[in-house]
Amino acid sequence: MEDVAIVGVGQSVFSRKCGVSIRELCFDAYKEAMEGLDITNKDIDASITCSAPEYDKQRTPSGLISEYLELTPKPAFYVESVCSSSTTGLRVAWSLIKSGLHKVVAVIGFQKMSELTSREAAERMGRGADIMWESPFGITMPSGYALFARAHMAEYGTTEEQLAKIRIKNAGYGAKNPKATYRKELTMEDIMTSAIIATPLKLYDACANADGSSCILIAAADVARNITETPVWIAGMGAATDTMTMSGRKSLTGLMCAQDAARQAYEMAGLGPQDIDVAEVHDCFTISELLAYEDLGFARPGEGVRLIEEKQTYADGSIPVNVDGGLLSKGHPIGATGGSQVRTIFRQLRGEAEEAQVKDAEIGLVHNIGGVGQYGNVVILRR
Amino acid sequence: MGFDSFGTVSFTTEAKTEEFLDYLEQGKVMTTRCRKCGATYFPPKMDCPGCIDSEVEWVEIKNDGKLVTYTVVHYGPSGFEDEAPYTLAIGDYGDGLRIFGRMNKEIAEEDIKPGMAIKIVPVKLPDDKIAYEFQKA
Repeated sequence: MEDVAIVGVGQSVFSRKCGVSIRELCFDAYKEAMEGLDITNKDIDASITCSAPEYDKQRTPSGLISEYLELTPKPAFYVESVCSSSTTGLRVAWSLIKSGLHKVVAVIGFQKMSELTSREAAERMGRGADIMWESPFGITMPSGYALFARAHMAEYGTTEEQLAKIRIKNAGYGAKNPKATYRKELTMEDIMTSAIIATPLKLYDACANADGSSCILIAAADVARNITETPVWIAGMGAATDTMTMSGRKSLTGLMCAQDAARQAYEMAGLGPQDIDVAEVHDCFTISELLAYEDLGFARPGEGVRLIEEKQTYADGSIPVNVDGGLLSKGHPIGATGGSQVRTIFRQLRGEAEEAQVKDAEIGLVHNIGGVGQYGNVVILRR
Repeated sequence: MGFDSFGTVSFTTEAKTEEFLDYLEQGKVMTTRCRKCGATYFPPKMDCPGCIDSEVEWVEIKNDGKLVTYTVVHYGPSGFEDEAPYTLAIGDYGDGLRIFGRMNKEIAEEDIKPGMAIKIVPVKLPDDKIAYEFQKA
């Protein structure tokens, strides 16, 4: 029996420009997470703030967020693994509760990217690579994933049209998500004729930088049921790290950090890929979602395209993936993204996902990746 | 030579591996090998965590690479705006040794194919910068 539960989740609206300060942005997610729960800020024993540094000017934001949400004098600290920061925060929160140190922990993720120009943000992300040996060549996030896309195409014959089908799916669900940055359906033509960023990836193969926040409230079993009648249990977790350098990667057709993390999470939960009813995967690019199908074992290597061709990853398919629109529609406020993915699965497992509800979803999976496959977190949740 | 002369935009000023740039000046692309266990690294490193030792030697990259994958970058970040489009690539040199860098700008994208033979060549860049690039073998 699992003994750590998620009792509340929230996220702000994700947008290209939120027009508020980071503290106010975080409050939006915190407010939604606390809604309807039988606790107050006094019951939160610790807070973990998660974001990627250098997008806004605030240093050590954990103290600021803790003060604004009136969580002082409880311990507050900062956790970072770029795009997977908030699921790394979740992992730390789990261990704080499991150890008996705390009963209730808040994991707050945020990013305000609109204070930078698009090129400045690309430069920050480029320095998320090895700044000594790889950033001086002009590597960017899209170019890193483009290297994987080209290798996957060369090895398995994957096509740009097949990748576009992933965007068509996610855009369709994003159109129905009131918290998504992009709420518009896209056609094959829209995607195939969009501007090239890094071949073979085009503008609509990529998610957008965004402003946003997320909050996950985690509790020990003995208090969780007093906080909410319907907690969602953390059944399995895995985490792994691959090399910072692209030259160090043993595979360029799959993310080894995701494969390792998935193996650990399935083992801890005593489950396999066939048991997952609904999944949120880190689709920062269309190729990233395709790699996730294979890395998580939903398809064999090279066969992930069949899932999208046969629409098996739609809400009524055999393994629904990113039926909230994914990062591709929601936008990707780096530190907030993992928390938003957890929020979607939490709502799915409680039957609260409205139009995108997957029928009878009992077990869900979150796959959240930091950098170009540097950090991998996989979390399995059960209602 | 300080490490800040490496590549289009360098973000590092000092490194024990600065010798790498001196070798580039001499027309050689070198990397390091642990004298104790024989592990060969790229990028070069002056320490071997396996042996917990720093007895390394420089060895030249043999010019028999194969292209693993590539991308033509059309949108460059700050500092690289004027260089796009440029081609990033990964070359395989056997025994797990892989190198990341740029392809020569003159090679058209339709002539680039994963699996093709490539060589690695030091190149001088504007403003006294230096790097290496992949060329058709």
